[in-house]
Amino acid sequence: MTEIERHSFDVVVIGAGGAGLRAVIEARQRGFRVAVVSKSLFGKAHTVMAEGGCAASMGNANPNDNWQVHFRDTMRGGKFLNNWRMAELHAKEAPDRVWELETYGALFDRTKDGKISQRNFGGHTYPRLAHVGDRTGLELIRTMQQKIVSLQQEDFAETGDYEAKVKVFAECTVTELLTNDGKISGAVAYWRENGKFVLFETPAVVLATGGIGKSFKVTSNSWEYTGDGHALAMRAGATLINMEFVQFHPTGMVWPPSVKGILVTEGVRGDGGVLKNSDDKRFMFEYIPDVFKGQYAESTDEADRWYDDADNNRRTPDLLPRDEVARAINSEVKAGRGSPHGGVFLDIASRLPAEEIKRRLPSMYHQFKELADVDITKEPMEVGPTCHYVMGGIEVDPDSGAATVPGLFAAGECSGGMHGSNRLGGNSLSDLLVFGRRAGLGAATYVEELGERPAVAESDVDAAVARALAPFDGPADGENPYDVHAELQQSMNDLVGIIRKAEEIEQALARLEELKKRAQQIVVKGDRKFNPGWHLAMDLRNMLLVSECVARAALLRTESRGGHTRDDFPGMDAEWRNKLLVCSVQGDAVDVSPKEQVPMRQDLLELFELGELEKYYTDGELAAHPQRKA
Amino acid sequence: MTQAGVSAPGRARIAEKTLRTDNWWRSPLITGSVLVFFIVYATVRIFMNKWYWSDQNHYLTPIYSPCVNESCVPGSSHLGHWFGSWPVFIPIALITFVVLAGFRGTCYYYRKAGYRSLFMAPAACAVPEPHKKYTGESKFPLVLLNLHRYFFYGAILFGLLNVWDGIQAFRGEDGGFGFGLGTVIIWVNLVMLWFYTLSCHACRHIVGGKLKHFSKHPLRYRYWNFVSKLNVNHGRYAMTSLITVIVTDAYIMAVSAGWFADLRFVN
Amino acid sequence: MGSYQASFRVWRGDDESGALQDYTVEVNEGEVILDIIHRLQATQAPDLAVRWNCKAGKCGSCSAEINGRPRLMCMTRMSTFTEDEVITVTPMRTFPVIRDLVTDVSFNYEKAREIPSFAPPEGVAPGEYRMQQVDVERSQEFRKCIECFLCQNTCHVVRDHEENKKSFAGPRFLMRVAELDMHPLDAKDRQKAAQEEHGLGFCNITKCCTEVCPEGIHITDNALIPMKERVVDRKYDPVVWLGNKLFKRSGSKS
Repeated sequence: MTEIERHSFDVVVIGAGGAGLRAVIEARQRGFRVAVVSKSLFGKAHTVMAEGGCAASMGNANPNDNWQVHFRDTMRGGKFLNNWRMAELHAKEAPDRVWELETYGALFDRTKDGKISQRNFGGHTYPRLAHVGDRTGLELIRTMQQKIVSLQQEDFAETGDYEAKVKVFAECTVTELLTNDGKISGAVAYWRENGKFVLFETPAVVLATGGIGKSFKVTSNSWEYTGDGHALAMRAGATLINMEFVQFHPTGMVWPPSVKGILVTEGVRGDGGVLKNSDDKRFMFEYIPDVFKGQYAESTDEADRWYDDADNNRRTPDLLPRDEVARAINSEVKAGRGSPHGGVFLDIASRLPAEEIKRRLPSMYHQFKELADVDITKEPMEVGPTCHYVMGGIEVDPDSGAATVPGLFAAGECSGGMHGSNRLGGNSLSDLLVFGRRAGLGAATYVEELGERPAVAESDVDAAVARALAPFDGPADGENPYDVHAELQQSMNDLVGIIRKAEEIEQALARLEELKKRAQQIVVKGDRKFNPGWHLAMDLRNMLLVSECVARAALLRTESRGGHTRDDFPGMDAEWRNKLLVCSVQGDAVDVSPKEQVPMRQDLLELFELGELEKYYTDGELAAHPQRKA
Repeated sequence: MTQAGVSAPGRARIAEKTLRTDNWWRSPLITGSVLVFFIVYATVRIFMNKWYWSDQNHYLTPIYSPCVNESCVPGSSHLGHWFGSWPVFIPIALITFVVLAGFRGTCYYYRKAGYRSLFMAPAACAVPEPHKKYTGESKFPLVLLNLHRYFFYGAILFGLLNVWDGIQAFRGEDGGFGFGLGTVIIWVNLVMLWFYTLSCHACRHIVGGKLKHFSKHPLRYRYWNFVSKLNVNHGRYAMTSLITVIVTDAYIMAVSAGWFADLRFVN
Repeated sequence: MGSYQASFRVWRGDDESGALQDYTVEVNEGEVILDIIHRLQATQAPDLAVRWNCKAGKCGSCSAEINGRPRLMCMTRMSTFTEDEVITVTPMRTFPVIRDLVTDVSFNYEKAREIPSFAPPEGVAPGEYRMQQVDVERSQEFRKCIECFLCQNTCHVVRDHEENKKSFAGPRFLMRVAELDMHPLDAKDRQKAAQEEHGLGFCNITKCCTEVCPEGIHITDNALIPMKERVVDRKYDPVVWLGNKLFKRSGSKS
């Protein structure tokens, strides 16, 4: 290969969403030169889609809240499959991370005494979500983007160069991570604008690339969510865990078809909205699972009282964790009690005055008005499940975000473990703040302690470039990348979707095999200048790899838990609770094998009542619980 | 062809200056016509120096109010004489004209309306303006538009004097209580003038907009909210009050000139 | 209402040349312009360049001009056009074009860097920030901005006068100045700089920024005019001006 644009950095952060930006801030504040590489424009990341809020037990709305309660809620939401250390760090550090944002200029909604207001959300015992109307993700992204600008201004004042310490590579896609002797040595990327390649020489890479939703047809995710980080990490030798757990958000828009899947925030239910079927019945009361019995209201009267008097009433089952609500909606629709366009009704119009709805949920009002011609202050919304989040991701060390490959770090949605089998709403924004910072710190510490930096092998660079350019030389009658993508989405949606069974997953695997072959035959038209067909061809490679992990893991886990529901194994199986399915790739072959989790630290285990733990744990695991011993 | 604006180097090469397919020229055309009409009408009226007072009905046109010059016709100076008589070539309504035209001329709404319709800077959004250079309100003379708030203070004062005129209009032909169609027109105009004046952006700033912490000034926050609500319709009030001023003046001119008699309801 | 064939004219080209190209393309119920552009990509023009992300009006990526009007493609419904109408889609015309519908919007990121950032109050620890809802609401409105840059694109100050790009921050970033000036805890003075450094004086409040804002932010009435009034407080108050002249005070220095 001849010329290639070269850059040398201490830390390269891939992904400019919340986790990526927080990592950048941290690494820069530790004095390192950081690049942030993003497929989109700076500030457009998928984090802006997060609406409801950021969970942190600040106790502003209810003083009984604290990290222990948050920790318990998170573990329950994840059906005790979570990496408990991550859940612990997350619950403990989230308030500090939110408060820190205020020092960057964030403006959250306020309580009467001037503190950050907190709202109710599914699975959270107390009102816990710091929010700004229903555009909290935008506030987070903008705040951190502006913090980075402020750091650049400091650098400018000192050196006369805004980009002396932090440089943003916007609309630049990383196609391959480079390693030397098993350690990260760099990354190869291309500019979307002109198709030219870039080489980053760096000892540390932080992956913060988000999720994989674009492999599914009905999804709330944008085109960026092609599992790049997952795939890059695997190809660099790292492992993924929990890939079978994919969260289907219960409330996505279902009509009109072109907007199917777009998110309807859980905040609608947090602020009083209720789910109803075509018989006008609030059906969620029928769907309280055994493990949550006693924690949720059993009558509409009690549920309605709870909004005003949370201490003496139990919360409405409309706010059960997302997996439960999604399954319930699915069942209602299957039983023929759905709405005209195949969803159920979400009614806030009859619950709050029009003005209040517009004030609390402005973007939902806007979204339905503009896209579906529905006035949510007058009529109910039609909603149904949509692929929203992947709990699975890169296996990392909880404290430092380090993956199994030295020099590789991950945070946010593309890392795995924190949310177990199901993520609670509001826990993603806090996740990316807490672990974005930790990954940035982890990378900084790694670089600090690293002696000689691993060198980039030129042959690896050439190979990466050649691989990226291959679609231009496909056979003349080769495949259209858009067709392959559409078929992948359809297969994943139909066969490895919200409800799964063995035959269907096997069918999906067969189709994936076939699609992988077809992907080899892809040919793209046009040149390298901002060519979306070419971009998709490269993203497809990642989507196919990650989809295979999802399907293989889903086939192995013969139980139903959180974001993994098996029609043929409908129950939760305590034997599976502490087993993680670990994906890795050798050449082209994906391997998935089970691995035991580290048992929860005793003091954390003791935060739970024995009775509750018995619903999830095997007898043997609880032998040491004090209530058992007593 | 200049290489400016939408045909500047680097931008997408599109021959059409605008690709808008709607009737974007309608709105500036209508607004422009109304403004031009008012400017012409007002100029003519100012230099007429007559037919501003109907002694029989005690109507004073707002364009000549207050009439405090010794040249004013008898009866019209119900606020007294503040000056001696002026040379004939200076309109006796000069001060009123400066304040009222100044208030409207520097008004944020009229600025928009005028720039769009009279100066085509721009005539409509995404329609190129014809000017080669543009410095906006950053340089003399347009930087003087920043004096809006001082005209606002003047407008408040003159608005109060207009109220006094309005009260005078409740005097009948015999000097006692009475009112006619002219009184009604005067009061409709007064209400519109006050809506226009109070909904002004400078007013919104002064009553509370300038504050950093509303929470420390609850009363001013309430004023600000009130003015903010009015402010949403500032443009509407600006145009309506412009028309009511013309109607009021024309009516009083006609009655004063004796073209027709005021329609009296009482006395 | 079923599907029909619509006539589209889409600008294809790069920084050197380009032209409007005609397409006939299927339209289904409930679709938006971006759906049609995607259909063109998938069926007729695989290399048609378009920038988009969320397709829900939240990220502000798919800004373009539709029938000459600056709009988000994802929020422009096909039902707002008649079936026989020819729909013209071009890139934004204020920024350099990269390819097809994609423009180089780096101007905006440069301007963003020129606005001094939030200055935290001294001596207030994280977690100790106290602000009242009524005090944050004004700035919150401006923080709804999704940075689609349609206001920057439509503002004639730079759209029609390339040379003003140097000295004019544009509505989005003047609004950012207003946002910080109204932030209850921001510790920096921003009023004079708005006029002297960021070009607030260029704005002639013709309100096109407000007209095109997909978030419905009242940019002109709530940010730019209040900011102009604040500048008047500081720079154009004759009493203050005279006082400064007579007594050589620098009362308004930050």
